[in-house]
Amino acid sequence: MTSASFLPRDRLQALFDRLREQGYRCVGPRVRDGTVIYDDLTDAANLPVGIGARQAPGSYRLTHEGHSRCFAWANGPQALKPLLFAPRESLWRAVRHDDGRMRFEPTAQQSRQLAVVGVRACDLAALTLQDAHFAADIADAGYASRRGGLLLIGVDCTHPADTCFCASTGDGPGIGSGADIALSELESGFLVRPNSAAGALLCDALPLRDASDDELYTAAAELESARSKQHRRLPGRNLRDALFANLDHPRWNDVAGRCLSCGNCVAVCPTCFCSTEREEAAFDGSESTRVRLWDSCFSAEHSYLHGRLLRPDTRTRYRQWLTHKLGGWHDQYGRSGCVGCGRCITWCPVGIDISAEAAAICGETVEPGEARGTREGS
Amino acid sequence: MTMPPKPPAIGARRPRLAVHKFSSCDGCQLSLLNAGESLLALAERVDIVHFAEAGIVDEHAEADIALVEGSISTPEEQTRIQAVRSRSRWILSIGACATAGGPQALRNLGDSADWIASVYRRPDWISALPASSAIGAHVPVELELPGCPVSTEQVLAALTSLLAGAAPLTEQDKVCLECKRRGQVCVLVTKGEPCLGPVTVTGCGALCPGLGRDCYGCYGPAENPEVATLAERFGDLGLDAHAVARRFMYQQSGAQPFHRAARDWRQRARPAAPPAPGAESGAAPGPQPDGSTDSHD
Ligand code: SF4
Ligand code: SF4
Ligand code: SF4
Ligand code: SF4
Repeated sequence: MTSASFLPRDRLQALFDRLREQGYRCVGPRVRDGTVIYDDLTDAANLPVGIGARQAPGSYRLTHEGHSRCFAWANGPQALKPLLFAPRESLWRAVRHDDGRMRFEPTAQQSRQLAVVGVRACDLAALTLQDAHFAADIADAGYASRRGGLLLIGVDCTHPADTCFCASTGDGPGIGSGADIALSELESGFLVRPNSAAGALLCDALPLRDASDDELYTAAAELESARSKQHRRLPGRNLRDALFANLDHPRWNDVAGRCLSCGNCVAVCPTCFCSTEREEAAFDGSESTRVRLWDSCFSAEHSYLHGRLLRPDTRTRYRQWLTHKLGGWHDQYGRSGCVGCGRCITWCPVGIDISAEAAAICGETVEPGEARGTREGS
Repeated sequence: MTMPPKPPAIGARRPRLAVHKFSSCDGCQLSLLNAGESLLALAERVDIVHFAEAGIVDEHAEADIALVEGSISTPEEQTRIQAVRSRSRWILSIGACATAGGPQALRNLGDSADWIASVYRRPDWISALPASSAIGAHVPVELELPGCPVSTEQVLAALTSLLAGAAPLTEQDKVCLECKRRGQVCVLVTKGEPCLGPVTVTGCGALCPGLGRDCYGCYGPAENPEVATLAERFGDLGLDAHAVARRFMYQQSGAQPFHRAARDWRQRARPAAPPAPGAESGAAPGPQPDGSTDSHD
């Protein structure tokens, strides 16, 4: 662990105040509709203080724990993805002019410096993958401009959910190098470690003191305990060959009998990036806007080629999701597309567990009771 | 009688639009009437030749585009829809009644003669077909827009495309996808509500989950609807067989996938006497685990 400073809990508001003074729009975790979502946040008192979350396949319940911690829960349904890869975005407009000619106009990109407080390790790993997709050689203008103005304040995960397995993918639970500032939450306050120039600038303006050895030790111990609590895991870091060798495995039929083909797994997955585009025309034909929407490999249009659906049924769609995520990504982005956040397990309405499906298809024996995922009766 | 789907001729004269009503509540016509400024814009581009809710009545008028609301529920309607077909170049069925038979298709699950006898003192005065069915079951239809009521935006978007000579977009995706695009929190996962979003086609903008309640499927089945799987899940959530069946017995019980689920789960519910279809659903969310919380603020 690098050197760290300490921010007492009762001075946490200073972080939000300095961010505002430095011109950032600030987004962080808040309780809404029975979960923790990321939304505008300027007041530390609006953090999920004393809140916990019990997650199981297909089930999520908030709990009141009566403590004073703000980050003692594992991720809710979304975090960074919708802030950067917008679920719905206007790309360009075609306008008909009086002389009868059409003109194409880009949609204006307004980007403002955005600070996200409370980002988790899995989402930072997912961000690296989204960057590889959207902000590499041919950058997506909207994504790139939003990404450029982003300041990330990460927090170590000390309370992983039953569905988390970031330790097995190597992406968590501690904050690595992806954040501008890394925080570790302790009872009395936060360890603070800047990791970029912008992060250091912000830290200089905070009421910090040196962290004690005791505090450093406690933070490391809590992180280790979080790691050891995770019981789910993928059967390996690279399942590419094992999956593509098993395209006719009977388990694909089995999972197709349980899957709704609803696409919730894709929508909550922080690395999934598929989209579709539509025209939204003005009624009088004067102009039309090109709109991009989140799509999923569970929808029909995703595999539609002229006159034919390549993936007409749930079996082939689930197989596409799993083989791309855990197989094809190695070819495209040099690693698996899964960062172990467990969202696709929790937010699947029928509680299908990607780790159990992968294990069954790749030929690993799974402990009894793990195969279907244990749904909480909810 | 069969008309090939082709866009209305644009140019020489303004296209003519008719809005026909069959067995329905008029709600879909009202969604068009509620379009406000867009309705005025529409009136500038087409001649509205028949639209009873707007006070324009000439049901025998020829039309380039006929919006048809309501199901075929009586012998008179069986005949009339043929006449409408022969006078219309494009037929757009709008709403749950026109696309799937509507709430009145609940009688398709029972013995309608029995019901009529139990309700009316003079059953012989009632002229009704034994089943309520979609417009498309009687005549070819160029486009179906479901929903109870139909979405004004969808109707206007379809008319925009047609008037431009383009094929209208038809929605296929499930309500879940739109629910997630809108950043709504899943009521099935957080509250154990029996949400029909995973099998229902979008078009409403995932309205009900956005208000914290479960979708009851008023737009009807999406493509590849895994209805049997979802019904099993409702059972896991604590709904008894009657309650599961009733989830599929609202406006879309006439749509085949929902009809089958309602029939199968009513079957499972026997020997207990089934309540009359259309009775209050009472589909309760599953029990909450101890100490759980549903909402905070
Ligand atoms: S596949 Fe599932 S566990 Fe893996 S990153 Fe995506 S949502 Fe998270
Ligand atoms: S795995 Fe679950 S979330 Fe994904 S499509 Fe199937 S039922 Fe929906
Ligand atoms: S609330 Fe309903 S529509 Fe929304 S994601 Fe959950 S199951 Fe799907
Ligand atoms: S969420 Fe479902 S019930 Fe509600 S309006 Fe949409 S389709 Fe109808």
